[in-house]
Amino acid sequence: MTGIAGGWAEVQALIAAEPPGVEDKAGVVGWLQRLCRAAVRALPARGVGVSVLSESGEQVTVAASDPASEAIEELQFTLGEGPCLDAYAGRRPVLTSNLAGEAMTRWPGYSPTAQARGVRAVFAFPLQVGAARLGALDVYRDRPGALSTRALHLALTFAEVAMAILLDAQERSGAADDPVGGRGEPLDDPLDDRAELWQAQGMVMIQLGVSMIEAMARLRAYAYAQDRRLSDVARDVVARKLRLEHDP
Amino acid sequence: MATAPAAERLAEVFVEVADTLVDEFDLIEFLQMLTAHTSELADAAAAGLLLADQHGRLQFMAASHEQARLLELFQVQTHEGPCQDCFSQAKPVINADLNDAADRWPRFAPRAVAAGFRSVHAFPLRLRNEVIGALNLFGTAAGAMEPPAIRIVQALADVATIGLLQERAIHRAEVLTEQLQAALNTRIIIEQAKGVLAQIHGCGTDEAFELLRAYCRTHRLRLSQVAHTITTNPADIPDLTTRT
Repeated sequence: MTGIAGGWAEVQALIAAEPPGVEDKAGVVGWLQRLCRAAVRALPARGVGVSVLSESGEQVTVAASDPASEAIEELQFTLGEGPCLDAYAGRRPVLTSNLAGEAMTRWPGYSPTAQARGVRAVFAFPLQVGAARLGALDVYRDRPGALSTRALHLALTFAEVAMAILLDAQERSGAADDPVGGRGEPLDDPLDDRAELWQAQGMVMIQLGVSMIEAMARLRAYAYAQDRRLSDVARDVVARKLRLEHDP
Repeated sequence: MATAPAAERLAEVFVEVADTLVDEFDLIEFLQMLTAHTSELADAAAAGLLLADQHGRLQFMAASHEQARLLELFQVQTHEGPCQDCFSQAKPVINADLNDAADRWPRFAPRAVAAGFRSVHAFPLRLRNEVIGALNLFGTAAGAMEPPAIRIVQALADVATIGLLQERAIHRAEVLTEQLQAALNTRIIIEQAKGVLAQIHGCGTDEAFELLRAYCRTHRLRLSQVAHTITTNPADIPDLTTRT
């Protein structure tokens, strides 16, 4: 299924082609910074930011395309409201093509402040796979208007890739060297039979007594360490041919 | 194909399917209701529904019978099959004989035959030029689907599509996208919950789903809510998450 607009391969190539910035941080954060800048270029947008949130209330902006976008990203945490927080809480995208519209009543503090900084439209995408969620990716534009179909495909895919980069960062620090290149199947192609993968995530969560996020990260790390396809590992877990063990 | 359903029953179903403008509308529950009614009215062995995601790929959303062998038949149609044809050509695929379809669908047809099906049908979820997905019916008997049943199923698909798109027209263009993405994620949560229950109870994923659904019915809860709790705080539902 190649050739789909906004597919994984396309987005990974866009990130790989994005030159690293002189002030980029090392490792995963650096990759997310490149992801944000690649997204700004491809969508196009005025700015893109990635924030990590947790069930216990932590809120951190981990990467942004530029300092102004980083400040806007952090604005919602200061004000305690905004599309990114709603996307995380509601587990669905929050697409606001005009901040001057009903957004003014939805976020009475955030909407006028973001507009004062030149933002006219915000599109927030949760970083999640089912029950596991890590945060949100926000796209900022300086003109009102909906995302085109292609921009929407791309933005959703950028969010999926950001989720994968964050998941892998939890389990394997070495992955940060090059999360979007190197191996033939760097970040797992999310096209094939997915039901078994998701079922395996639930099984591993109970096997190891961990959260869904960690179960997912452990499955990915196992597949990576064994140099096997994630879908094959998942199939073995569901068939009870494989049981993940606790860390020694 | 059995005799046509009674007019009263048809009227009831159509009213229920048209009723999308309710508070707390749950897309997954709605589509499950639709597939259950479709399978009943058309006297089909199973019915399932696929919606196109934002990448234009068909994704399984709901089925009248949720079993691994069926799930596989829906999933493979991301690549090929009657729903894929129906979706890309925006017209129904009717009375396809599975024993004679290995050339047309080399991945789909043998799996469907192995699962015990003889015939397959796919109806587009279409409003004017827009196709948002496909409704899939499977039969175990060789008999063809008759024109009255065909018209009923296409009408059901049409009413459901109008209902789904109407909501978008009334609110914002983005609402359908937001809702679809939420439903796709809920589908993932349901699969994850099956895995959790299968591991706890030492059973297969089909049985795990039956446990989940039975619990929802007994307690009049939504599948999405219960699956969410199972995957985030399993201890909150000890009835379901304690090994028996």
